[in-house]
This record gives sequence, structure tokens and C-alpha cells, in this order.
Amino acid sequence: MVTEQQVWDALREVEDPEIPVISVVDLGVVRDVRVDDGTVHVEFTPTFLGCPALEVMREQMAAKIEELGAEPEVEVILDDSWSTDRITPEGREKLRRSGFSPPAPREATTPKLVQLQSGAFRCPYCGSTETKLENIFGPTPCRSLRYCESCRQPFEQFKTI
Amino acid sequence: MSERAQRLIEYADDELVLGWRDSEWTGIAPFLEEDVAFSSIAQNEVGHARALYELAARDLGTTADELAFDRSPEEYRSSPFVEPRRLDWAETIARHVLYETADELRLEALKASDDEEVAGLAAKMDREEAYHRIHAQMWEERLREEPRFQAALDELWPAVVAVLPEELRPKLAERMNRELPSNTVLLSLERGNHAEEWPALWEEMTEVRRSVPGAAW
Repeated sequence: MVTEQQVWDALREVEDPEIPVISVVDLGVVRDVRVDDGTVHVEFTPTFLGCPALEVMREQMAAKIEELGAEPEVEVILDDSWSTDRITPEGREKLRRSGFSPPAPREATTPKLVQLQSGAFRCPYCGSTETKLENIFGPTPCRSLRYCESCRQPFEQFKTI
Repeated sequence: MSERAQRLIEYADDELVLGWRDSEWTGIAPFLEEDVAFSSIAQNEVGHARALYELAARDLGTTADELAFDRSPEEYRSSPFVEPRRLDWAETIARHVLYETADELRLEALKASDDEEVAGLAAKMDREEAYHRIHAQMWEERLREEPRFQAALDELWPAVVAVLPEELRPKLAERMNRELPSNTVLLSLERGNHAEEWPALWEEMTEVRRSVPGAAW
């Protein structure tokens, strides 16, 4: 019979299709894994509700579980239990090394314009905080575009949710 | 249909239709940043519609796709406010500012709901909508002095009031610093009415689905 540890290990091989440096486990979107005889139940929390990568991740997780010889049951949890705070420290480091600035910590209230315009965001290339907001939106819903005034490099900043 | 399913579908219809209209800016917004912004906002709104339809679909024993695309035009509950095609940028931003302000009130009310599923989903949506509100606020500050923008706000004001349930309308008037329109004005703007463009939009939205009924894509 499959163990929960084997399932977690297998899920570590499922990449985010839009940011392949990071796995679904690094991303923190797997909330729970339960093995019940031959069935593996996974609780999956979406990042952004409109993210097209979610379907791909769900299918790939199910395929990995089938490879282990078990019946997958991936349940999508439609609540606020995922936050960018759930990205693991390893995941944040992988993002930073790939030129994505990791998200700032979540606060009790939702972000305000003044925070996005503040100097709290660090360039993933040179480490400077002399960066400015270029566009709240970017190539995917989870990212914003910023520009580093120090090394003159545009970069992608993970939105905090 | 339960009151809960009805409310979820109304909300989902608003988000689906507005998301569709927002997506029409992809490639033709005044500059590239706004192509990106409106495409992303559209994607979020359609994602919210899907999640809301999914909750309603579980109650009704159907699927989100069936709710989104298999109803007749009269069965949709979208507000006439979200339906018109706005090709003028000032009008688009006015609608964006008004909708996001109203939507924040709707989400606040749902987050405080005793229904844990609805409150949980509203909290999730609100985290994403915060970025739409910031985007709307930036544009509002930029266009505040523009007569075309102000005229669009005046014109659209009565219709956005009708997006919200009655108990939330006074709060919206307070937040926008405007007077509530009379019931006579609101009559033709309430849900159940549709904008002139609605039948054409319905045709377009459901065309692929209707071409091969029941197909799995």
C-alpha cells in the first residue's frame, strides 16, 4: 500500500507549469494528503482562482498518484486557506534565484497602493530596494512588474495574497 | 432554486460578463501595460465566476459549465450595468471604478455571512480583488479632472446601484458621495432587465459550446 510520505515525495516532482522551477509542494498548494486503502485523497488549494495552471497541476498530481498504483481523488478547496505565505523557504529561494522576487508577507488587511509604491520590494538580481512599480499586473495573475533603479533591470514581483 | 444558489448565480453572471467585456481590451488598450492589466483582470473575474458557479452547481446537481453556457439568454441574472460593450476608455475606467467600489461592499457582506463556504470563497476573491481596486484607484486619480470621465461616472451611477442588493445601496452612495437614484430610475436597471447588447453577447459567449452540444474539450 502507498504511504503518505510516498505521495508527498511524488508530488514534489509536479512542477508549476508557468514557473517550472517550483513544485506544487514548494508552492504550498497541497493542503493535505490522506491515504485510505487504495485511494489517495489530496486537498488542493488554488493560488489565483482564474489561473489556467491549476487544471494542469491537478491533472499532473492525479497522474503521479496513479503511477504509484493508487486511485487519486483531488479535491479543490475554494476558500482563503492558501496564501503566498504558504510558499516554503526553499520555494522562495528557488523563485529568487530564477529572477522572481518572492512575495511580501500577508497582512491582516488587503494590500493598498501606498504599500506597492513603498521601498519594501527587493530586486532579485542586485538586492537593491530602489525599485518602482511598473504594472500591478504581469504575464500571469500572480505577478506584478517592477523596475530596479540600481541595476536597471525589470523584474517580476510575486503579489501577496 | 434556493436563495443561496440564486445569489451565487447572480454574482457569477456579473463576473463572467464583465470579465468577457474586460477581455475585449486585450490588444487594443491605449498602451501595452493596460492590455496586460485588463487581460489579467478579465482572467480573475472569469475565475471568480467559475468558482461561484461551482458552489451553485453543487447545490443544483449540475456543472459550472452548464450554468455558464447552457442557459437561455432570459435565464441569465447579470446586471445591465456589466453588459454594454464600452469602447471608450474613459467609460471603461468609470465602469471599473464603480464596479470595484460596489464589489468591495458585496464581498464585505459575503465575508461576514454565516454560510462558511460562501464566506470562505468571498475572502479568497477579496484578496485578488484588492489589486483590481488599486488599479481602479490609480486610474481614478489620473482621470479625475477629465470631463469625459466625470460624465461617464454620472451616466453610469444609477446602473451600478442596481448591481447591489437593496441593503447595501446606501453604503455605496456614501462611499461614492452621491445621491441614490429614485426607484423609477432604477426600475429598468434592476436584475432581470438586460442591456440592448445582451443578446449579441450571449450569442458570442455561447457560440462554441452550442456548436457541439455536450462535447468535452
